[in-house]
Amino acid sequence: MTGFPSQARCVVIGCGIVGNSLAYHLTLQGWTDVLLIDKGPLPNPGGSTGHASNFIFPVDHSKEMTQLTLESVRQYQELGVFTRSGGIEVARTEARVQELQRRMSSAKAWGVEDVALLTPAEVKELVPFIDERVILGGFYTASVGVVDSLRAGTIMRERGQASGALAVFANTEVIGIDVERGRVRRVRTTRGDVETETVAIACGVWSPRLARMAGASIPLTPAVHQMIDIGPVPRFLESQGEIEYPIVRDMDTNMYERQHGTGLEIGSYAHRPILYDPDEIPSLEEAALSPTELPFTQEDFSLQMEQALELMPEIVGDERVGIKYAINGLLSLTPDGMPILGETPEVRGLWSAAAVWVKEGPGVGKAVAEWMTHGEAEIDLHASDIARFWPHQKTRAHVRARAAEGFNKTYGIVHPLEQWESNRGVRLSPFYERERALGAVFFEAAGWERPQWYEANAALLEEYGDRVGRRQAEWDARWWSPIINAEHLAMRDRAGLFDLSAFAIFDVAGPGALDLLQRLSLRQIDVPVGRVVYTPWLTPRGGFRADLTIMRLGEERFRVVTGGAHGMADLKWLLDHLPADGSAQVSDETSAWATLGLWGPRARDILASLTSDDVSPEGFPFATCRTIEVGPLRVLASRISYVGDLGWELYVPIEQGARLWDLLWEAGQPHGLVACGIGVYGTTGRLEKCYRAYGFELESEYTVVEAGMAWGPVKEEDFIGKEAHLRHRQEEPAALLCTLVVDDHRSSSGLERYMLGREPIVTRKGGRIVDRKGRGSYVTSAGAGPSLGKHILMAYLPPEHAVVGAELAVEYLHELYPVTVAVVGSTPLFDPENTRIRS
Amino acid sequence: MRVLVCVKRVPMTGGRIVLTPDQREIETRHLGFTVSPHEECAVEEAVRLIETHGGESVVLTLGPPQAEEQLRDAMAIGVDRAIHLVTDGEEWDPQATAAAIVEAIEVERRVGGDFDLYLFGNESADAGNYQVGIRVAYSLGLPVVTGVKALAVEGDRLRLEREAGAARDLYEVPLPAVVTVLEGINLPRYPSVPGRMRAQRKPIASSTPVRPTPRLEKVRLVVPESQRKEAEILGHGPQAAPRVVELLAELGVLP
Repeated sequence: MTGFPSQARCVVIGCGIVGNSLAYHLTLQGWTDVLLIDKGPLPNPGGSTGHASNFIFPVDHSKEMTQLTLESVRQYQELGVFTRSGGIEVARTEARVQELQRRMSSAKAWGVEDVALLTPAEVKELVPFIDERVILGGFYTASVGVVDSLRAGTIMRERGQASGALAVFANTEVIGIDVERGRVRRVRTTRGDVETETVAIACGVWSPRLARMAGASIPLTPAVHQMIDIGPVPRFLESQGEIEYPIVRDMDTNMYERQHGTGLEIGSYAHRPILYDPDEIPSLEEAALSPTELPFTQEDFSLQMEQALELMPEIVGDERVGIKYAINGLLSLTPDGMPILGETPEVRGLWSAAAVWVKEGPGVGKAVAEWMTHGEAEIDLHASDIARFWPHQKTRAHVRARAAEGFNKTYGIVHPLEQWESNRGVRLSPFYERERALGAVFFEAAGWERPQWYEANAALLEEYGDRVGRRQAEWDARWWSPIINAEHLAMRDRAGLFDLSAFAIFDVAGPGALDLLQRLSLRQIDVPVGRVVYTPWLTPRGGFRADLTIMRLGEERFRVVTGGAHGMADLKWLLDHLPADGSAQVSDETSAWATLGLWGPRARDILASLTSDDVSPEGFPFATCRTIEVGPLRVLASRISYVGDLGWELYVPIEQGARLWDLLWEAGQPHGLVACGIGVYGTTGRLEKCYRAYGFELESEYTVVEAGMAWGPVKEEDFIGKEAHLRHRQEEPAALLCTLVVDDHRSSSGLERYMLGREPIVTRKGGRIVDRKGRGSYVTSAGAGPSLGKHILMAYLPPEHAVVGAELAVEYLHELYPVTVAVVGSTPLFDPENTRIRS
Repeated sequence: MRVLVCVKRVPMTGGRIVLTPDQREIETRHLGFTVSPHEECAVEEAVRLIETHGGESVVLTLGPPQAEEQLRDAMAIGVDRAIHLVTDGEEWDPQATAAAIVEAIEVERRVGGDFDLYLFGNESADAGNYQVGIRVAYSLGLPVVTGVKALAVEGDRLRLEREAGAARDLYEVPLPAVVTVLEGINLPRYPSVPGRMRAQRKPIASSTPVRPTPRLEKVRLVVPESQRKEAEILGHGPQAAPRVVELLAELGVLP
């Protein structure tokens, strides 16, 4: 072994599955001079990889997670450490049976095809030691398997070393990470200092501590996952190898049972959340077993033993089978259940690859290496992006509250719209009290409390009668109200008032501001002062990085408005591209401005009654903005709409927001103004107009051409992704974004069912539809179109299916419903000529 | 027969032992708890005796409320019930501990009759005073054999073995008697899941003895210097072979 280097191109900290994989993939991406270190010994430095149960179930409702997992399985197979066992998620309740049907559909959406629903007897055939009388059925995935994650890490590490591009030092603890002028400069270790401009933290449960050394934040918490190993199991004594029977996830009890040689491992996510602080984790020297294998707390496992006994009495009830090993194993939990990947927003050159479990480790290593090399990964990682967190979401209190709440949902039945209960009420708009008085049902967005609908609008249900639409199935109607549809219709008939305060608002100013925004934006930003431009921001490969609006407020002053959920990631992208000469500045104005949307055919009448400024069609045309007086307030009015109707976004200093609401509310009463929730703004109004949403339709895996947004000529000026975009315009698109309507909602049980999004779009016979890039078709967004009386779905379809009138099907909860392609491209279903928005 | 086995809750140390800031205790923040290996064997021995001869086994501890965990551990592998002399966590010296145990035994005798055998570990894993079993025997006026590596009941007598260098000492004592055992007398079993579940329902009789004024005072603990694990690298690859052979010869394991 040569001496410890004094400089490196990149230092990867952590020799668990993630660090090994990341370092290896960096060498594959052409990096040389990569240094991988760990404070512990090799091959098991004592982190969570070392005690992981090491099994992989590929199917998840999240596309991003499934893709990372499938890529990981591919790598584990290539490394020769994957043993296929099959796996069964069993249901003990009717609700779970439906959830397993939903998993069938997610499997099809993400391309995991070796799945099946099993009867209890079929489960028993595969797992003869199960008591099939306590279950109602199972969801079988043949490609489930177990891996040797320590071996995988070793092989990757050794390959990296063999290439000459990677040096590895164990028993090397990081004692400091030096940052100068916002960029990583050096890692200080117990073996000496290393000068470097790039550091990746892959330290699992210790990651927050490492990030803090650099003044950054990785908001995860170590948490306990209890596991016992019982044996020797007489039935397993003759087993060849590690595992011969499928792994069983007892979903309703939040537990799993899996053969491990002659033993049976029983793990649980059912106990009370037991959270640690990274600083509380014992050192290697102090730990009795390893730092992440903490003493078992028997009292937390009592119920779990009974439940395991119920399910597998033959083994668990055998007096000869002893509890040989029992730990409180530490793993990483995050406030939203997703990994924490990417460059930290606080420190340039400091990357995080944390909160990653064994099942997605190698995939994450590859994806982060791509991201570090090319500025983006093949898999869209926006839901895992470390830049997604708003400051309050990185507090210890928030992380612990949400991690604790999420822990018991590890195997939970989580509705796509399910709301968090803990740590709510953090960000309140100035309209909050008004909304509460109207019976607002609040959903959370980026910490903001936003009305999803208003119970006070229940009277509209009668007014609109049958046009409102009802949902018969509890699942479809959960986190939903027919009032949303009624609010929608009232908005289309009269006018609606929307709280849009969750917008993220960034002002960009200075002589370099225009060049900066031109460089980021697909569309022409050099427009007259007072114009509003809706534009995507693209990745280097021409996929979607963001979509947002930019107002030109002055020659050298612009306001960027984007969705709250991705606001912080968009801000990082903006800051990352600031000119070095200081000629442009960015300020986060999110907490300075409250925003109301006023839309509907009566919007102009309402606004006109409050202002002497010209708000006529000629005086205030579509896609323009300017400051007007509304009563005693000066309000920045922007004539655009995400619900496709006449009206304005109205920006007002936050302390004057309540006054603006009151003025509009009062002036609106004679016109029948209703308060409308985000149910209208984000779903019904948007879908009727076929408006796309970032994170749904718009992801880095799809192009502008495929999204049907390549209208007009490409601007002269250079912008990120331009070269790729020009190429995309020359190519035949592999898929086109289409709008579909559901033809028949009746299920086999006779109930009418309503899709919620992310379901596979298939042929009428149920055949999977895959484009030539290998991407399966799935519902990117789903929701009612009350003005049309249709349930609307959006989906990317390959050209042969992207034909108006094409008859296809959507698979919802493992049943087929006929759908028809209504629109190919971006022409709205409702008001296709856009007469309303331009009126 | 009736067997009483006594155990003590101690920290399950793994690597480096860390002391509390006042240096009077072992820092147990990260540690689990257990009983000494000798006591584990004593519990196993008690369970086996009852399995063979019938009767009742009882486990006793003097310790903090959390010591219930060690009582349940013993009951999980088959002990029938437990007696918990609950302390406030302060260390009791051997004399006081023995006195409290004797008092509890007297109570038991009045309620449930005499025990035939009192089993102890040879010494506790933490304090290591080697006294409690002997003091209890003395107070009860019973014979005591310590350091026992084999035990058999023959009628109303016990046949016991102790290691004496390469040979063995044999003892025969009449029951009732006190025996302190050494690790290795048996191989303790793991608890089964049903055993664990039964243990939750088995009775524990708790009482709170008064701690007498200690006659021994713990001033502070010192971690010995030589605790570091050391490894000597004999060489790498085939070149290391001669040195390995040399070492094996030194150890006398080569013919």
